[in-house]
Amino acid sequence: MEKVMSSERTQKMHPHRFTLWVAIGSISMMFAGFTSAYIVKSNQAGWQAVQVPKIFYLSTVLMIASSVTVFLAQKAMKGREMARYRLLISATVILGLAFVATQFIGFTELWANKITFSESVAGSFFYIITGVHALHVAGGIIALTVLFFRAYNSKTKYYSTAPVETAGLYWHFVDILWIYLFVFFLLVS
Amino acid sequence: MSNETSHVHSSTVSVPHETHHEVHHGHHHETFLTKYVFSQDHKTIAKQFLITGMFWALLGGLFSVIFRLQLGFPDAKFPWMEALLGEWAKGGQLQAEAYYALVTMHGTVLVFFVLTAGLSGTFSNFLIPLQVGARDMASPFMNMLSYWFFFIASVVMLSSLFVQTGPFSGGWTAYPPLSALGEASPGSKVGMDLWLVSMALFVVSSLLGGLNYIATVLNMRTKGMSMTRMPLTIWAFFFTAVLGVLSFPVLFSGFILLIFDRHFGTSFYLSDIYINGQALPNEGGSAILYQHLFWFLGHPEVYIILLPAMGMASEILSVNSRKPIFGYMAMIGSLFAITILAFLVWAHHMFVTGLNPFLGAFFVLLTLLIAVPSAIKVFNWLTTIWRGNIRFTPAMLFALGFVSLFISGGLTGIFLGNSALDIQLHDTYFVIAHFHIVMGVASMFGMFAGIYHWYPKMYGRYLNNTLGYIHFWITMVGAYLIFWPMHYEGLAGMPRRYYKYDIWESFKQFGELNKFISIVAIIVFLVQILFIFNFFYSIWKGRKVTTQNPWGANTLEWTTPINPGHGNWDGEIPEVHRWAYDYGKDGQDHIAQTVPVGANESKH
Ligand code: HEM
Ligand SMILES: [Cu+2]
Repeated sequence: MEKVMSSERTQKMHPHRFTLWVAIGSISMMFAGFTSAYIVKSNQAGWQAVQVPKIFYLSTVLMIASSVTVFLAQKAMKGREMARYRLLISATVILGLAFVATQFIGFTELWANKITFSESVAGSFFYIITGVHALHVAGGIIALTVLFFRAYNSKTKYYSTAPVETAGLYWHFVDILWIYLFVFFLLVS
Repeated sequence: MSNETSHVHSSTVSVPHETHHEVHHGHHHETFLTKYVFSQDHKTIAKQFLITGMFWALLGGLFSVIFRLQLGFPDAKFPWMEALLGEWAKGGQLQAEAYYALVTMHGTVLVFFVLTAGLSGTFSNFLIPLQVGARDMASPFMNMLSYWFFFIASVVMLSSLFVQTGPFSGGWTAYPPLSALGEASPGSKVGMDLWLVSMALFVVSSLLGGLNYIATVLNMRTKGMSMTRMPLTIWAFFFTAVLGVLSFPVLFSGFILLIFDRHFGTSFYLSDIYINGQALPNEGGSAILYQHLFWFLGHPEVYIILLPAMGMASEILSVNSRKPIFGYMAMIGSLFAITILAFLVWAHHMFVTGLNPFLGAFFVLLTLLIAVPSAIKVFNWLTTIWRGNIRFTPAMLFALGFVSLFISGGLTGIFLGNSALDIQLHDTYFVIAHFHIVMGVASMFGMFAGIYHWYPKMYGRYLNNTLGYIHFWITMVGAYLIFWPMHYEGLAGMPRRYYKYDIWESFKQFGELNKFISIVAIIVFLVQILFIFNFFYSIWKGRKVTTQNPWGANTLEWTTPINPGHGNWDGEIPEVHRWAYDYGKDGQDHIAQTVPVGANESKH
């Protein structure tokens, strides 16, 4: 194993970060698929757009705030301020959970207003696209939680910034993706 | 036989044979499980992909033999078939439902499990680290996961053959409503759910693999291995991975919508449907939407299948002509152009769906543009072998066969790419002939070429040459005999995906032809079994490789020990000083990539 790891070449970017960049391209294509399907369908007769629930504005604020905290957490890690780091990571996790919660509340609201799978094609798109995004946020929450517990494990005196930078990059990505989706639904409606 | 070149021990081999083992790295003890099953060694994973792919090829091929029997002998009864398939072949006659199931499974399995996983999975895994000079993939663990996702996908797909209502039977493209409504056909029930689960796992496997291939090519190259010194194989695998990583997620989004249509009452793809006189409540969906999402992957997918074969053919043609590849940069440029265009032509599969003719015109133009980079590649292959010292090894024969098939099949693509002609040709045997020749058989040939060529590196032994020649000639002649006549059937309007043609007076004339095609198909299938025998027999009993570089090739994989361990090179990873195609330069037979450029060397 060791043999495999010792790369003779100095790398410009951490390999995980690089792989994540490619994965981001890949995930973006999935949402490009979803949203272009939405556009194609929205041009057809009988299309009734959905009103974006008000609480999704709050989701947006939470998401942007969490991007700030994860950014600060990365800086704290670089400065070896572990207490601060833990605090900021937990703040990010909580903001992320709050985001998912507001999404869920928005869904229930819509569903109560008869925007259901069988009643509304636009609504179905809306649930699935934002739902799949929320799943990606959930994945990020899991990753951050792992980092959080790792930071408590005092045995590892190994302060690598790579994991938090990778997780942070992913988090910024789901943030930007959310803003794209949010603006998209506001405009195409 | 005289495969081995005599100049192996010339100065070009720069890494000493068996360098001493570096003790300080420590021997980590590998159990059977970590060495052969949950291995993270890219070479072992490659073999796992290959052998799983061969299993599927055999099964998928067998499916085609069975449904070809139906097409060739629609009135005959085969009691053994009933023994084998039971209900599916009641009274020795293949049932219509079973016929559709077999056709669907044949397409799915061959396109995805054999020619995507079996081809990229095997050779990208095997060759990328070896040819760019890396000890393993960027993430060996993810690489292992990639195989196991494929394995589970395989198990799920296989299990769908054994459910009571049968596997999915709506065609490999899985268009709704057949794929969206359980009531639409027996195969649309559990079989389709298993199909979707299996394909979703397969997409995950492809993405994990693709991410790794890209990261490895871009980040793990050894010193001196600039991008423009990489062998064309690596370029091809790289673009293949890019195509996969960007197009599979779109298919995935289409699958997600399909799952919701199937089980959660949405209407993405469904509208105004009657089943048995009953109107369904679904409204506002469009089946065409699925076709867009499917073909946005589907067209790149055909190049995912083809590019690795192109890359390997380029390498094998050059090595066995003892000549540099002609137009190296043009080869990369045309791969690049094909990759870009592959994303812009998907609607040529949808000319007759009521696509806006104005839009159609753009897709015609872009589709026909693909002929340009394709022609460049063909030209360069032909000029590479032109006046070369050709060694007709089985690998070389298959590479030549690949070029021939690519030309024949590519030409019919130009017919189909015209939306006006396609009105006549769409969904006929002409399309079957087109894509089997250009994609199916051609890529199989690329794969065979790769197996014959790199087998010595995989197993330290050779495949049997005589069996190889038999394999090549019968497959080559057989492939043309099977698919060439289908063009005529298609031009006459004979539709694909039909169980029987007896209600058409006009297709009676093809009765004998269909018999002929079926018989040849059986013979070709039997020869593939011969190949599989050769493969396994040679792992243990093949002639041993005794020199490090049996083909006198320049690329890095031949600087590793004959049976490389995990980590590939015993000592340092060699440094690279030149491109991979210095054959017959300055009077030298070949100059390995590891040889520094001499003071008086001429430029290429
Ligand atoms: C000059 C290049 C090519 C052109 C212009 C071309 C054009 C077309 C067109 C227009 C169709 C749709 C026909 C129809 O359904 O009515 C088609 C089908 C197909 N082509 Fe090509 N093609 C070309 C090369 C290739 C290559 C290189 C591959 C694979 C490596 C390929 C694989 C396929 C497949 C798999 C289908 C049929 C899929 C199906 O309906 O099941 N083609 N081609
Ligand atoms: Cu196509």
